[in-house]
Formats: sequence, structure tokens, C-alpha cells
Amino acid sequence: MADTSASRESCLHVFELEVLLGITGKDFTIIAASKAAMRGASILKPNDDKTRILNKQTLMAFVGEPGDTVQFAEYIQANIQLYSMRNASDLSPYEVSSFVRAELAKSLRSRSPYTVNLLLGGYDAIKQKPELYWIDYLASCAPLPYAAHGYAQYYCLSILDKHHHPDIDYEQGMKLLRMCTDELKRRLPIDFKGVMVKVIDKDGIREEPYVDDKQVYAA
Amino acid sequence: MASGYDRALSVFSPDGHVFQVEYALEAVKRGTCAVAVKGSGIVVLGCEKRSAMKLQDTRITPSKISMVDNHVCLAFAGLNADARILVDKARLEAQSHRLTVEDPVTIEYITKYVAGVQQRYTQSGGVRPFGISTLIVGFDPGSEEARLYQTEPSGIYSAWKANAIGRSSKTVREFLERNHKPGMDRATTIELTIKSLLEVVQTGAKNIEIAIMAPGKNVEMLGSDEIEKTVEKINHDKEVEANTRRAGRGGAAASAGAVGAQGPEQVLASRPAGEGGAPE
Repeated sequence: MADTSASRESCLHVFELEVLLGITGKDFTIIAASKAAMRGASILKPNDDKTRILNKQTLMAFVGEPGDTVQFAEYIQANIQLYSMRNASDLSPYEVSSFVRAELAKSLRSRSPYTVNLLLGGYDAIKQKPELYWIDYLASCAPLPYAAHGYAQYYCLSILDKHHHPDIDYEQGMKLLRMCTDELKRRLPIDFKGVMVKVIDKDGIREEPYVDDKQVYAA
Repeated sequence: MASGYDRALSVFSPDGHVFQVEYALEAVKRGTCAVAVKGSGIVVLGCEKRSAMKLQDTRITPSKISMVDNHVCLAFAGLNADARILVDKARLEAQSHRLTVEDPVTIEYITKYVAGVQQRYTQSGGVRPFGISTLIVGFDPGSEEARLYQTEPSGIYSAWKANAIGRSSKTVREFLERNHKPGMDRATTIELTIKSLLEVVQTGAKNIEIAIMAPGKNVEMLGSDEIEKTVEKINHDKEVEANTRRAGRGGAAASAGAVGAQGPEQVLASRPAGEGGAPE
């Protein structure tokens, strides 16, 4: 028992190196997730998609214990979709966040809790507002204008603190994201294989092509 | 009738009947009519809607047509309350299937599942069968070919090109047998569905509900104004047909059995599938 919990502890640090970023603006939410699937010092896959679509206007991005992440995300996805089919209407991002948080809180108090950190990006079609929720494996949940998980927090939150404004338009949002990913490339000691970028707005969820081949040098 | 063999569900009568299942079929026959027709790259579900009472809010009253998954549509005839339970089980299975094998269900799979549940409720104690028949339609993921299945309270399921269940389903099925053609386009398929429903729905457009499915698209519920338009067109065509027939009959009598040049409806009337009777 002690052994397994110890190995879980050590794993916790590996996924701190995975990048999860979320930025909201005037009428959109951007979610960026690193494309590297890592195990120990190795990269197993350079184009990993760390997101799942929950409903028309809610996207969940996840990092954490490999295995736990996808299992939990797809479990949530199935339940949210089931809700949509049963009630012929989608849960709002806020409602989804409450459900996800409750599931994590339940899991935390079980014999084998999920070690998953999440960002929940959405667009509330009724309020016509973008939304972003930061959720961690201890089932804390916070609605935020911008958020990050893992070591990315140390490098990106300061940039976003300085430059983010709730009324930014989409181009400015992408510019902010570029600043963040450049900084991550500059500071993070590993290659996280760039980020996959998804955008949620009034038209739904789409993947945004994100060219990320420029070399960034330390200042 | 009260022979004692219709009390417990899982008991045969000496002549091999399970009465409760047959009574369930009776409940289906009393339910409002549902029709499904396959065309090429399209499948249409049509339902007879009970006329609402004056103070009923029809906009939020549940429909007889429900979605099991994004690509699977189900219509039923029989007991509404039973259908809710069955549809919910099907929805749960559809999502569970996605979760376990990362693929949406095929129409055949979900039909088999629904029929399986219905069968289970004919063979265990303390339960009664579902008083519903269902029509399950849709497109398998990645396929362009429409699927249409029927399930019954006994747990039987079968595949069809076009079929009807519920009240007067026999009349409608016979109508479909006479008029269904392979490879119908969208407009023809919708028209045939509405036409067949009009055989048994006297009140016309406002008591008809139509759902249309096409490959890779979400279900489309036909608006009441569009149904109205189609009904008017059908009535108009019927009138024209009746008039030409009257005129044609007069002409035919005059020329004493002249062949040809009498319009398409005459050809239709003489088709062998028409079983001798002229279509109305």
C-alpha cells in the first residue's frame, strides 16, 4: 500500500511538466494542451490530444497520472452526452463544472482516487459569455479568466497577469497564447512538443492550427 | 378467457401461448400509428399525434419520436410510460457502448439491445412485458445506407424497407406495399410517409409529426407549415387524379377499350401490385 502511494507521489511530478493553458476573452475561450505524451524521461507520442469534447460548447483538457486521465475524461464525456440525449438540451459549462467537481470529490474519498488536473473551457450560449474553470485532483474548482496547470503556471500566469484583459478579442488572445508558449519554450527544461489549440465560441468547438516551429532562445 | 394461464407471466397455456405477451401486442394496436420509410440516403419517421386538449402545452409535451443517440431515432406505438423506460435504457446503452469501444452503436446493435430488453421482460417473474412496438431508424457510422428495424413486445426484431406499427398499421402497411419503390429521393420519401399516415389520420397535418434522418447529420423535425404544404399537395394531386379518372373513364367508354394515352394514374391502377383495387 505504502509502495503504491509512493510511486503515485513520484508520478505527480512528471505530469507537472505537461502544459495546460486556458485564456478567455470577449467572446471565446482558448484551450492549449501540450502534445507530448510522456512517461518518465521518454516521450511516447508527439501528437497526443489531451482534450475531450463534452457537449456542443464545453471542452475538457486534462493532465495527470497516465491512464487516470483518459479514463476519467471519457467517463465524464459519456455522462455529459447521456444527459444531453436524455434531456434534449446541453448542460451549461457551469453545470458541467459542478458535475465534474462532484465526481472528483467522490473519487478523492474513494480507495483509488483519480489523479487528474483539468481545465474546463466553454461558452455559455444563454449568457453569451466565455467560461473557464480550473479544477485539480483535490476537487478544487475555480472560475477564472485565464488559468494553467503544472509548471506552466510559474511561467505563464505572470505574463497573463500583466497582459490579460477580459475584453480582448480573438487575435489578442492568440497573441497572448503565443507569448505564453514562447516563454514555456524558453524556460521549461524539456521539449513538450508544442501545443494543440482548441477554441470554443458561439459556433462551437474547433481546433486551431498553431504553427510552433520557431526556435526561441533564452534571453 | 380467464383460464388461469394469463395470470403469471412466464407460464405457457397448454396450446403454447404466453397470453401476457399477446395482450401487450394488443396494447400496441391501441397506440397511435407510427410509420417509417427508407429512401436512398434518407429515412423518414412519421407519427400520428394525439390531438391535444385545449389547455395542453403542445410545445413541451413529450413526442413519440425520440433520439437514442445522435444518429439513432426511435418511434414507438403503445404505452407511453413504458416507452420512456425502454428509451432510457437504450440511451444508456448507446453511451456505454461509446465509452467501452469508442464507437457509436450500429442501428442493428441497438435494435438487438432493445429487443433483448423486451424479451427479458417476458421471461422473468414479477414484471410485465413492455406494451410497445418500436421503429428504430438511422445510419450506421460512416455508412450512407439507411437502416430501419422494428421490435415487438415479445422481443422479436426485424428489418424493413418501410413499415407501420400501432393503430390501423395493417392498412398503412398495405398502402406502403403498394406504393413503396426502391431508391426514392428525399421529397418522395417524405411525401410517401405523410401520404401513408393520411390513410389513418383524419385530422390531417396538425396531427402528424415527421422526423428526417440523413447520413452524418442531426435529426430534422419537419415544421408544421411544411407538413401542411405537403398535405395540401397530396390532396391536390388526389383531386386532379380523381378528375382525370372521371374524364378518362368517360373517354374510355366512348372509345370502347382504347389503349394508352390516359395519364400515369391509369397505369398505376392497372399495376398487378395494386391487387385489382384502384388506389384512392
